[in-house]
Amino acid sequence: MKLNINGKPVEVAADPDMPLLWALRDVLGLTGTKFGCGAGFCGACTVQLDGEPVRGCQTPVSAVGTAKITTIEGLSASAWGRKLQDAWVALDVPQCGYCQAGQLLAAEALLRTTPKPTDADIDAAMSGNLCRCATYTRIRAAIKQAASA
Amino acid sequence: MSVSRRAVLQAGVVAGGGLSLGWQLTGGAKAAVPGQLSAFVQIGSDGAIVIAAHQPEIGQGVRTSFPMMIAEELDVDWAQVTVQPVLGDRATYGYQLAGGSSATPTQFERMRRLGASARAMLVQAAATAWNVPASEITTGSAMLRHAASGRSARYAEMASAAAAITPPKPDSLALKNNADFKILGKRIPGVDNRAIATGKPLFGIDTRLPGMVHAAFAKSPVFGGKLKICNRAAALAVPGVKGLVNVAQRRDLKTQIDVGLPGIEMLQEGIAVLATSTWAAMKGREALACVWEGGDAAFQSTAAWEAAAAKAFKDGPQKPGYMNHGNAPAKLASAAKKVTADYSYPFLAHAALEPINATAHVKNGRCELWLSTQTPEDARRMVALALGLKVEDVVIHMMRSGGGFGRRLMNDFAVEAAVIAKAAGVPVKLTWDRPQDFAHDWLRPGGWHKLEAGLDEKGDIIAWHDHFVSFGADGALNPTAVIDGSLFPSGVIKDFRADVTVLPIASTLGWLRAPINNAFAFVTQGFIDDCAIAAGRDSLDYRRAVLGTPRAIPIAEEFSGETGEDMKGTPYNTGRMRGVLDKAAAMAGWGRAMPPRRGLGIAFHFSHLGYFANVVDASVGNDGAVTVHHVWVAADIGKQIVNLSGAENQVQGSVIDALGAALGQRITFAKGAVEQQNFGDFPLARMDMAPQVEVAFLSTDYPTTGLGEPAYPSLAPALAGAIHQATGKRLRQLPLDTSQLRA
Repeated sequence: MKLNINGKPVEVAADPDMPLLWALRDVLGLTGTKFGCGAGFCGACTVQLDGEPVRGCQTPVSAVGTAKITTIEGLSASAWGRKLQDAWVALDVPQCGYCQAGQLLAAEALLRTTPKPTDADIDAAMSGNLCRCATYTRIRAAIKQAASA
Repeated sequence: MSVSRRAVLQAGVVAGGGLSLGWQLTGGAKAAVPGQLSAFVQIGSDGAIVIAAHQPEIGQGVRTSFPMMIAEELDVDWAQVTVQPVLGDRATYGYQLAGGSSATPTQFERMRRLGASARAMLVQAAATAWNVPASEITTGSAMLRHAASGRSARYAEMASAAAAITPPKPDSLALKNNADFKILGKRIPGVDNRAIATGKPLFGIDTRLPGMVHAAFAKSPVFGGKLKICNRAAALAVPGVKGLVNVAQRRDLKTQIDVGLPGIEMLQEGIAVLATSTWAAMKGREALACVWEGGDAAFQSTAAWEAAAAKAFKDGPQKPGYMNHGNAPAKLASAAKKVTADYSYPFLAHAALEPINATAHVKNGRCELWLSTQTPEDARRMVALALGLKVEDVVIHMMRSGGGFGRRLMNDFAVEAAVIAKAAGVPVKLTWDRPQDFAHDWLRPGGWHKLEAGLDEKGDIIAWHDHFVSFGADGALNPTAVIDGSLFPSGVIKDFRADVTVLPIASTLGWLRAPINNAFAFVTQGFIDDCAIAAGRDSLDYRRAVLGTPRAIPIAEEFSGETGEDMKGTPYNTGRMRGVLDKAAAMAGWGRAMPPRRGLGIAFHFSHLGYFANVVDASVGNDGAVTVHHVWVAADIGKQIVNLSGAENQVQGSVIDALGAALGQRITFAKGAVEQQNFGDFPLARMDMAPQVEVAFLSTDYPTTGLGEPAYPSLAPALAGAIHQATGKRLRQLPLDTSQLRA
């Protein structure tokens, strides 16, 4: 099966039913995308397909087709991604850090479509991504900092 | 995340007497690496300053804050420092444990002395090289200077000579005055932030080894259950499945030294499915279609426990006078007014976001593990016992943990992985799925309190009586469900009595963030509000009266050592509590008029050596939905904040975590098993419910204490107070049933 991951064509030998999450982590060794709940509740496995955030655990690898996959390992290719990463580091967003890959991919999709998000925009775009350490205050601040960078 | 008293005493030995730990790699010709000044500090000839991060990182920020302590006294710039994760190895590094908010209070001074020791060795090396008195040499930014002769050198130039010097006695070292700190107290971003933001492998679950297979483990959802029937052929037919491993039950694995729970440390029987991917292993486990029967916990159900608690309240306690100070019954009999209320709270799961996992490789009589654990030494000893190895033949790679919250104090998963890997003969990564995480957690126990207070003519509390119902085996309260002399209002209200009833449980109980306190604060602070209302007085003024004159009240004799850390000799200081109470009230503008169906609530609590008060601003919609707008937190954790950024983050996270728990989290049992399966029925706080959280730290002249836990307990009672002010309804059961709040 051929996939396009972070701008590069990749050949993946995986069962077509295998969720993209596990193809990335176990077959391709891209462990930045995280397993959290396996049921679409937590958003830890968020990746982008053609720029749209999707749940890696709910997306069979066969459903990806020609869509371009962006994972946390490829986020720096985006100008918004770099601004967000810098804000995440500078504002010291992470506690345990486990959810933050998914948070960043959701935030990048938000800023690309809504460069000056309101609090309501952030609530709507980010409430699918759980942070067990509850770093929400700083995630919100970092999105705003990236938006004004 | 409590630790046993035994563990803390050991920590005390390390921090107090056995300060040689961590200095051991040094010493004359024995220095293994040039520039290795101690197990914690290495200075390369290229100028690299490498500081060991020896504490397990679970999100509390110790990979950053502990090296900061060393770097401060080493007198280098933070930007010059590289932080190096190290193995779980107590012989070399001393105490390594993420629990009880204990790391900072027990090791703050030790870490500083490690930095000061390395600095003194560098100074001595320069003094010898320049033939000048060491006392005339100054340092800064990894430079040594002798003003009189105008000589200077980089640390790197002296590092090799310094490594050959015998380390000075720790007690002989002068430490900096806090006013001279250049690193401590500043906002220092986490050392792993960039790696996290770019998706680098950091966590236990990210481990990948050559030849590694992935494992899923089928075991009974009822603790101790036995396998009745399963379909091995179906599992082996799943593409990618390579084999099955039978695991037998073990009941002899009780070796934990840092966190011990009596009698229930057990490896459950089951079948491991080995496969080429985690997904295939999990599909294989489903295909096994195991049917289980029996189990120690098969009798358990929430409905039966609720009925038993109600019966205990009706019939009277099993253990009357479990705690008894003064003469509460007599004071109650003569009180001008009596107040009564029942409170309860549920079992809670930890639900760390990184699912439980462990990677193990057993080869040539050794076992190497890559673990997200809070207790590496426990893991090491338990695996050694389980496999029949010597402790030194078990190697623990401490990976970053995707959350701990007390769950990873227990190492059942490490033992499972080791046992499976031994049978497999190749490296094995074991991953639990989320339903297994809920099914096999070490839960915060639920509890019930029937409270009675006596008020005098003015309405002040003169007696307090609690009938506490919770859980344990063999008729004794489990260590995670104690009531003891460290818990308010013991000591503060002189005439205090607690009766106890113990309900039987066989499932695994454990410590969850600010254990015991996270439940008791809701009860005791809520009941203070009940008394204030009965007395017709303001919640803040009433609390000031309860605390009374500033004084230090010794922790009462009945102290279990389970409510945080060894607080013997650590009194309850009502003055420090008054300080944070007044500060939180001032921050919030306590007493101001609020719009309809919007209110303020206030609460305080002392745990893990920290004094905390908070005010919650919440509104209640006509549909009963609760919105928390703002929380103001005042904290007194002593004189010196280590990392202001990390400290604020811990408090903000604790508050919002507690909010999520108060509004929706509940673990229930039916037919012996946990009913909740995933975040759909165990909701965590999300972005759209996260309030602004404003934090103030009061600097007081006391030792610095930990921050992972003590901000959590006072949120729920303050929220219940705000809801009461908004609606006139007092909710006394967690999680808060907001359907009762409809207009």
